[in-house]
Amino acid sequence: MINKFRDSVDEVLADIPDGATIMIGGFGLAGQPIDLINGLLRRNLTGLTIVNNNAGNADEGLALLVKSGAVRKVICSFPRQVDSWHFDKKYHAGEIELELVPQGNLAERIRAAGAGIGAFFTPSGYGTTLADGKETRTIEGRDYVLEYPIRADFALIKAHKADRWGNLLYRKTSRNFGPIMAMAATTTIVQVPFLAELGDLDPENIVTPGIFVDRVVQVDSTNPKEHS
Amino acid sequence: MSIGHRHPEKLTRAQMAERVASDVPAGAVVNLGIGIPTQVSNYLNPEHEIILHTENGMLGMGPEAHGDDVDVDLLNAGKLPVTEAPGCSYFHHADSFAIMRGGHLDIAVLGAFQVSQKGDLANWHTGEPDAIPAVGGAMDLAVGAKDVFVIMELMTKTGTSKLVPELTYPVTGLGCVTRVYTELAIFDLDRSGNVRVTETYGGVSVADLCDMTHLDLIDATE
Repeated sequence: MINKFRDSVDEVLADIPDGATIMIGGFGLAGQPIDLINGLLRRNLTGLTIVNNNAGNADEGLALLVKSGAVRKVICSFPRQVDSWHFDKKYHAGEIELELVPQGNLAERIRAAGAGIGAFFTPSGYGTTLADGKETRTIEGRDYVLEYPIRADFALIKAHKADRWGNLLYRKTSRNFGPIMAMAATTTIVQVPFLAELGDLDPENIVTPGIFVDRVVQVDSTNPKEHS
Repeated sequence: MSIGHRHPEKLTRAQMAERVASDVPAGAVVNLGIGIPTQVSNYLNPEHEIILHTENGMLGMGPEAHGDDVDVDLLNAGKLPVTEAPGCSYFHHADSFAIMRGGHLDIAVLGAFQVSQKGDLANWHTGEPDAIPAVGGAMDLAVGAKDVFVIMELMTKTGTSKLVPELTYPVTGLGCVTRVYTELAIFDLDRSGNVRVTETYGGVSVADLCDMTHLDLIDATE
């Protein structure tokens, strides 16, 4: 019997090693796998590369992971925010590496990894400092930059509902990076507030098929709307 | 908004947003950037069924949510809680940026530090060496939308024009801006560098604007 359900956050994160590349889903609070991030913090790892849209906000989640010194490098599109003080401090101290990627290129590089694409030409970033040193090409009169996939050892994402095969439903804009990160990582770990019996999810509505998911752990949602 | 092409009063920021809204055709798919561009939504006619795109993964975004309507799973690109408009849809991030890059988005309305006469846009980085760079979706919007409308003050606080012959700020996208809305005038741009002034505000003449911008502007106010 295929059963990807696991009993605890600590159990699903136990084999993540120092130096791993980890994708973390979420855009703002929507889709942020906060319990998995807090579990990662408890592991006291070092040398991590984190792929996320941001580099941590306020005094929680990814920001605390950055503060703890666990993170060697961040690959993201928007690190600087009014409440990104932990990243800002590490960055100015030269204690963290930043790979800044236009948001659409970030998404497409993640998608490409999961889809087996070797590299792709994108117009986004052409003629900017973020394309410095990169191969370019003019195709049918439009200018493009060559970008490579971003793969990860682990993806930590949040979904709304899962069955034991790992089929996933998301809720509203919390979908964001979840489906593409699930495809781009060797091991995909999902937190969900709701579990479904196999066969109970409408196959027409499944957004991430279970083939892209390895471990599912149930964690209660703090969003009252997610319960209604 | 009064009809005509030469107006005695300067536009306020809210009036600039209202002026942009009046140029958005019914049924258009539009992405509004953070800041003044967001205010454009206050002036869109609901009967026109203009579809708002938010790059975190939604078409058909409704107004900001307040009170009991707040749902942290339903945010806009500025991470503020919003609502659903009837007919809305959700999708993942790669599809959301395919909507821009693939040429499906009709208009992006953005702020800017500078715009060049050929429509080059600078809006992501001041270029200061110790500033932490952050780009978000700015470059994808600039190259992806069919039309890029910029809302900005024409003059900086120190009295220099932000519409310039060549950018001095770091590039966001080349040859992408098609129209610039300012407190003093509206400018139509093309990639060959012809800048047409279509409306003026605050009693300035096109000759005044030529002096302020150091550009050879074409008078299209008649």
